[in-house]
Amino acid sequence: MKQIVGYIRPYFGRMTLGLLIKFCGAIMDLLLPWILSYMIDEIVPLKEKKLIFLWGGIMLGCAVISLVTNIVANQMASWVARNTTERVRHDLFSRIMMLSSKQIDEFTLPSLELRLTSDTYNVHRMISMMQRMGIRAPILLLGGIIITLTLEPVLSLVLILTLPFIAILVYSVSRKGIPMYTALQKGTDHMVRIVRENIAGIRVIKALSKTDYEKERFHQGNEEVVRLEKRAGITMALTNPMMNLFLNCGLTGVILVGAWRVNAGLSQPGKIIAFLSYFTIILNAMLSITRMFVMLSKGSASADRISEVLMTPEDLLLEERPRKEESAHLVFDHVSFSYQKKEYNLEDIHFSLEHGETLGIIGATGSGKSTIVSLLMRLYDVDQGEIRIDGRPVQSIPPEELHTMFGVVFQNDFLVAETIHENIDFGRELSLDQIERAAAAAQAGEFIDSLDDGLEHLVTARGTNISGGQKQRLLVARALADHPKILILDDSSSALDYRTDARLRKQLKEKYSDLTSVIIAQRVSSIMQANKILVLEEGRMIGLGTHEELLKSCEVYRQISESQMGGNAHA
Amino acid sequence: MPKGPRGKIEKPQDRRKVMLRLGQYLLQQKGLLMICLILTFASNFLVLLGPMLSGRAIDAIGTEAGKVNFELVFWNCGLMLVFYIASSAMTYLLSVLMIRFSQKIVYQMRRDVFEKLVELPVGYFDQHQAGDIVSRISYDIDTVNTSLSNDLLQIATSVITVVGSLAMMIAISPVLVLVFAFTVPLSIVLTKVMTTRLRPLFSKRSSKLGELNGFVEEIIGGQKTVKAYHQEKTMIDRFDQKNLEAVDAYYDADYYGSMTGPSVSFINNLSLALISMFGSLLFLADALTLGTLSSFVLYSRKFSGPINEVANIISELQSSMAAAERVFRLIDEAPELQDAPEAKDLESCQGQVDVEHVSFGYLPGKTIIHDLNLHADPGSLVAIVGPTGAGKTTLINLLMRFYDPDAGAVKLDGYDLRALKRRSVRAQYAMVLQDTWLFQGTVFENLAYGKKDATLEEVMNAAKAAHIHQTIMRFPNGYDTLLTENGLNISQGQKQLLTIARAMLLDAKMLILDEATSNVDTRTEIEIQKAMRKLMEGKTCFVIAHRLSTIQNADTILVVQDGEIVEQGNHQSLLDQGGLYATLYRSQFQ
Repeated sequence: MKQIVGYIRPYFGRMTLGLLIKFCGAIMDLLLPWILSYMIDEIVPLKEKKLIFLWGGIMLGCAVISLVTNIVANQMASWVARNTTERVRHDLFSRIMMLSSKQIDEFTLPSLELRLTSDTYNVHRMISMMQRMGIRAPILLLGGIIITLTLEPVLSLVLILTLPFIAILVYSVSRKGIPMYTALQKGTDHMVRIVRENIAGIRVIKALSKTDYEKERFHQGNEEVVRLEKRAGITMALTNPMMNLFLNCGLTGVILVGAWRVNAGLSQPGKIIAFLSYFTIILNAMLSITRMFVMLSKGSASADRISEVLMTPEDLLLEERPRKEESAHLVFDHVSFSYQKKEYNLEDIHFSLEHGETLGIIGATGSGKSTIVSLLMRLYDVDQGEIRIDGRPVQSIPPEELHTMFGVVFQNDFLVAETIHENIDFGRELSLDQIERAAAAAQAGEFIDSLDDGLEHLVTARGTNISGGQKQRLLVARALADHPKILILDDSSSALDYRTDARLRKQLKEKYSDLTSVIIAQRVSSIMQANKILVLEEGRMIGLGTHEELLKSCEVYRQISESQMGGNAHA
Repeated sequence: MPKGPRGKIEKPQDRRKVMLRLGQYLLQQKGLLMICLILTFASNFLVLLGPMLSGRAIDAIGTEAGKVNFELVFWNCGLMLVFYIASSAMTYLLSVLMIRFSQKIVYQMRRDVFEKLVELPVGYFDQHQAGDIVSRISYDIDTVNTSLSNDLLQIATSVITVVGSLAMMIAISPVLVLVFAFTVPLSIVLTKVMTTRLRPLFSKRSSKLGELNGFVEEIIGGQKTVKAYHQEKTMIDRFDQKNLEAVDAYYDADYYGSMTGPSVSFINNLSLALISMFGSLLFLADALTLGTLSSFVLYSRKFSGPINEVANIISELQSSMAAAERVFRLIDEAPELQDAPEAKDLESCQGQVDVEHVSFGYLPGKTIIHDLNLHADPGSLVAIVGPTGAGKTTLINLLMRFYDPDAGAVKLDGYDLRALKRRSVRAQYAMVLQDTWLFQGTVFENLAYGKKDATLEEVMNAAKAAHIHQTIMRFPNGYDTLLTENGLNISQGQKQLLTIARAMLLDAKMLILDEATSNVDTRTEIEIQKAMRKLMEGKTCFVIAHRLSTIQNADTILVVQDGEIVEQGNHQSLLDQGGLYATLYRSQFQ
């Protein structure tokens, strides 16, 4: 919360001015009923029509001032909220872009998304509404009470007497109600999970003819939600009628006590009438304040979640490390790594790759193939050992230099909702020639040409309007376009048929022979021609060598190869 | 979750139809609805009497000291108290009834949606995102619920309050009511101007925020890639652009929206000023007493409140109409066809499958299977191959009668599937799919899912056959271990074995197998293959194949490309044909 206040600080001047204007407006609203009582008690008995018109005119004037000041102040508040939110969002997004992968894993992606969207939205609303009501409601409440006190102290006491009752009521009901809503949320989650399970397993459910069983299961979840919602709703429904009752009782009390006071000559009926008006004002102010608290607690929870990200310290800093003289392009020097810092996800990985060589990596899901790539690009830091590129430890290479060395396609990589051209270019402002050449090499040329608008064709978010194979070809084109020094393909030909896959490999060999490549694949056929093949199992390397060598030396590799290609692996 | 930001505001296409259908739901609870209406009327009527009574009390007090008519003051104040208590009690009762009422309807709606959902053809789930379906059954129905329980009451209350206070005011002083001839049109014009001006601004605000959210989801999801290409700056610049549009749209809506509140108070204040002025004049002319003037002021506040609320209620109703429409659209989706009344209940079968001259397409006019013929003897193996996304599941959809062919027939033991009960056709199949499906429940419940009254022993035998028994015994509570989404750490391979065990438990003559592409660790993979081979024994098998080794032994191979079956034969005959299969097969060695 503190940090968000820091963002508002530059606008304090404007905000104060706005609040001052707002203050004037609220005072006008408070003056109106007072003038009414003054007219009835003081002016009317004078029987001067002129004076009545005069005071009526003053009331109109107050109404107009209130209108203008409130609008101006609200608009100034909107302006402050707009500028604050813009800066908060910018900083938050920039910070998220700079977070290291480890930090992102800790926050989790959905949570980060939520912080950028719902949370900044809540903060925006909070800043805007707090300025509008934050001053007006307390002024109306306090001012209302003060004016009634000056008008008629005894009657005010009757009115004030009801306030504690209302406070206790609101407090106790919400204390009881909030846990009920938490329970309701849980119930809803349960029901939604049943729906999700049904959507995911619809084939199995239908195949096993379990629809009636699932209906019954949902029916129970549904009933539970309804029961919980009724319970919570009925508890909360107590607030409004009770609050009205208290206030109306207070009002009746004012009239009763007023009767005595007037009888004793201590008060006038006009004041009682004014009181009735102030009642409404005070009631509304109380309601606004309750709402403000809800909004404030929601907003400050959001603000805290935003701050948490903003305050995350920078990770993966540049380190001075000695350079090693070696001819190899890439070296993994006895590298071990663990995500959770418990069990190793990679253990003692050791290999080196000369310029222009290709490394194939094969192994089961979860065996650590993609982790090797993440470490190579220093998305995480190794726990033991060292990774060197041209003899330089990756920790000593500035990120802008390190990251521009690579052309990479991650597993399940993403396309943005932009043109094909932009998806290949990816913000790097490459020449048209570079893009077309890369597309051709990635076997994407044909399908791009078949589109009416070619490279300018719009891809939908997550590439839902093109096939999996086309998507992978565009991603490979992106990786090749800037002619990187190192090419990394993580399972990026799985959706290509064998033929296209083979053509792609041929193109890489002919046109990009200077590239050092790391290729992760499920299919032996995709990597069997690599200079070196690394076989991983549960984070350990159980084989390193060429296809022929591994067939002889590595039992697991031989099994994989046989299960995929039958006995013809040598063909 | 804020109401605004996600998704665009959908406009109901046919508002009247949607209203009528919502009305039908309401009418299912006719009795409750009537009671609620009566209570609303009664409680508001009592509240309306309040100002009148307070006016009388003030008149009884009079303007001079020592001349207060206490008896009358007490009488009126007593009545006020009684009425207020009665009205509060009724309001509470009303809320309770209203909650019951709306919950009944919501319950029914959710039930209707879900029961329709599970009857929909499986293709529906391929075409619609889970998130979208879930948001209909939760968020959209909630929106309808809120609007049912709040807006209906609000409308009823408003109507009664406006009519009632107008009547009261006319009774008190018809002349003074003329003030409203000036202020009411003013507020109507204001509301109209504001809503026409604001509506596009608000929908722009929602859509810009939606765009921003979409961008954020996209880029944060691909953050690794952005980093890998060192494009953080580019993305931040693009974000700034979207952010600017979003805050500006919010500001525009806010800027004009912030006029509404003050304008509404202005009209209230204006009425108050005019009433004070003319009221005082009337009082001077002895046409009005102090008490009646006070009542009039109170009624005037009540009177203008609801009129200013109308704009709010209308916009809320609009969004709930849109939500209701989305819900109804799902309920209106066409379900799987009903079984024919004379359909036969197939108790057991041999497992002979014939596909005779079948043509099929998901969309009319877009046939993807042309005149397919296929004969599978009991115990034979049919493999389906082709690139990912080529539509290999279509055939499975026809075999299990998730869809009916457009022409020709699929036969099981010589019976046309359409002459059999769906349930009995599907019971002949066991199925192991690539997406392993487990639900939140114990291991036992998950395994026994397909077989009612399965004993623990049977389940254990199946698990043993699937080579997963040992693993299960290592779970904290063995077969009673709860499988939750995040709780127990079971690997993909173990999940696959569990689904195989589930299939083992079934007494099926036929098997549908979607081979896993994602290699699990090598040892588990060998286990899975062993288990699968055991499962396939003596069954007619349809395998979506990813491994060439499976294919070579198959009795029939179907080659699928772009949703169409392009070749059919066994391994050798297809190689001899030299078509797509041969190319695919050879290219792996290039």
